[in-house]
Amino acid sequence: MTDWRYWLARQRGTLIAAGIFLVMFILYTSRHPAGFSASVVQTAANKGVLLAFVAMAQSLVVITAGIDLSVGMIFILTNCLASWITDGTPLQTAAGVVAVLATGLACGAINGAIVIYGRLQPIVATIASGAVYYGIALALRPQPGGSVNSDLADALTGRVFGVVPASLIVLLAVVLLIWIPFSRSVTGRAAYAAGSSETAAYMTGLPIQRAKMVAYMLAGLLSAIGGLFVTFFTYTGDAAYASGNTYTLYSIAAVVLGGVSLFGGSGSAIGAIFGALAFRTIGDLLFVFDFDPLWQPLFQGLVLLLAVCLSSVGLLQVRNRLEWFG
Amino acid sequence: MTDTSSAAPSIGRTIGRRLAGFDPAVLTSFGCILVLLLASSLYSANFLSPAYLLQQLKVASFLGIIATGMMLVILLGQIDLSVPWAVCAGAMMSCALAAHGVTGQIFAIPFGIFCGALIGLVNGFGVGYLRIPSMIVTLATNAVTQGLMVVYTGGFSPQDSASKSMHYIATGFLLPGLPNAVLVWALIAAGAVFALNRTVFGRAVYAIGNRERAAYMSGIDTRRIVMIAFAISGALAAFGGVLLAGYASKAAQSMGDAYLLPAIAAVVLGGTSILGGRGTYLGTVAGVILITLLQSILSVLQIPEFGRQIIYGLVILAMLLLYGRGAKQRQ
Repeated sequence: MTDWRYWLARQRGTLIAAGIFLVMFILYTSRHPAGFSASVVQTAANKGVLLAFVAMAQSLVVITAGIDLSVGMIFILTNCLASWITDGTPLQTAAGVVAVLATGLACGAINGAIVIYGRLQPIVATIASGAVYYGIALALRPQPGGSVNSDLADALTGRVFGVVPASLIVLLAVVLLIWIPFSRSVTGRAAYAAGSSETAAYMTGLPIQRAKMVAYMLAGLLSAIGGLFVTFFTYTGDAAYASGNTYTLYSIAAVVLGGVSLFGGSGSAIGAIFGALAFRTIGDLLFVFDFDPLWQPLFQGLVLLLAVCLSSVGLLQVRNRLEWFG
Repeated sequence: MTDTSSAAPSIGRTIGRRLAGFDPAVLTSFGCILVLLLASSLYSANFLSPAYLLQQLKVASFLGIIATGMMLVILLGQIDLSVPWAVCAGAMMSCALAAHGVTGQIFAIPFGIFCGALIGLVNGFGVGYLRIPSMIVTLATNAVTQGLMVVYTGGFSPQDSASKSMHYIATGFLLPGLPNAVLVWALIAAGAVFALNRTVFGRAVYAIGNRERAAYMSGIDTRRIVMIAFAISGALAAFGGVLLAGYASKAAQSMGDAYLLPAIAAVVLGGTSILGGRGTYLGTVAGVILITLLQSILSVLQIPEFGRQIIYGLVILAMLLLYGRGAKQRQ
């Protein structure tokens, strides 16, 4: 097999997700009264990147065959924290941003430590740690409120040169600074290997524990970036339980739409980003087609159900029934 | 045992032997319940009063019924994330039918359960026949059910109220002193214990949880069993919703959200392996009571909501670290 074919096969999930997103977004902008204008793109980007960051976070952990059900709660926690400390002079704001990111990293490290050294199943462990993170968020913000450095917030949610949404540039920077170095490092390869077959990876002498730890930590960090951004959009911190849960669940949906296998070992964070953007666009499509907004959750659910059912067409190619059981 | 009539040490040994027959996780969780009760009785003697304990058992029975279905699915090595809206759909649909005359009143409860079973059937078909990971199928059906309910209710909590029979089954007293909800839970528990230990279906569930491929090779129609298990889980979640609607005398939006994570936590705290194939129903009972007591005591002690969340999470983590740890990689 030639190189590009191999590359194509490996990136299939990511490319399909990107394709779905493009089709939907073109459909969306073609029906939108304002058309394909800078402000339409900006609004869509700002809504999309929040889920994109959380979906990226989820994908890193899912690649190692784990799952992080606390990403939504880290998102909420960092949102509440950011509404306290990212204000004031530029220096104070910068320190605040660093502190918020460090908090996300620490939350991820706690998750990683519980799962790796505590040897607990990630599903239950992160449900429990998520409850703790939510509790802290609620302690920080019993009522919605707070403030944020509006110069920074406006800069990061506005447009650069009047065309490109700044939030997309940040997303791109995060991909270039976090995802690309991670996926190309030994640690990143070990994360894929651990997700594919942990025993084989262990036998090969790959640093599995380090890889998983880094995956959970980066997941915390990426959720925190999402939490920072939601603060920039809303100017407030809000410890909303339902919102945290929704982000966690949507992050799983986005990851699956983005072609990342829930069994681990395949897919990429870039696919998850496109999955997230596509999932957000599905919700918006109904508005431009003049449907009652009441139908939005049903439509979103049906598209998700259809998408996951389509992923099982591979069953038709099974030669031996035992392959059903993976 | 025949040697119980002999001297005291041998009685101790008998008890020891009996205890050794139990899963250590089940023993630990019952021990945690005792510690929790004793510690809280230092704060107020009311925590040990029969009235309080019976009230807790009644509250626990709703979670218990939902956790029974969840346990079945977890024993298969799967998970059911569609519980929140299955609960809600059960409650809303039974209330909706109850508003339609006498026939509606009669069929309200079965109809609610039927709707839940339908949701479960879709889940089971996706997991069993289409081989989609349960986490994502149940997530999708949860979203679809939510969508259907939102369209049906118009985004508000419906005005229909629960039927008399729903109210009776959740709050009445068929046997004096024993709330009906507890009775219903006891019946379902008896059914679950029988099904898990004494039927082919139950053995098949454990077998699939251990290794589906091996179960298939030994002649079990694993896909059908998986589908049935999910249908039962959906039906029980909806039945829990019906009871909750009877308890609160109407259905509400997102009334099921508060039951997903506690149900999973209760099953796992009761010693059922989240990877499937291992666990006893007694453990789930212990887990359900433990979670309910913990929530109740934290709210009686008037700890603010944030503190309750933090303690709740930490206690679950601590108990899992105590007895829910996996094997080392090397083994």
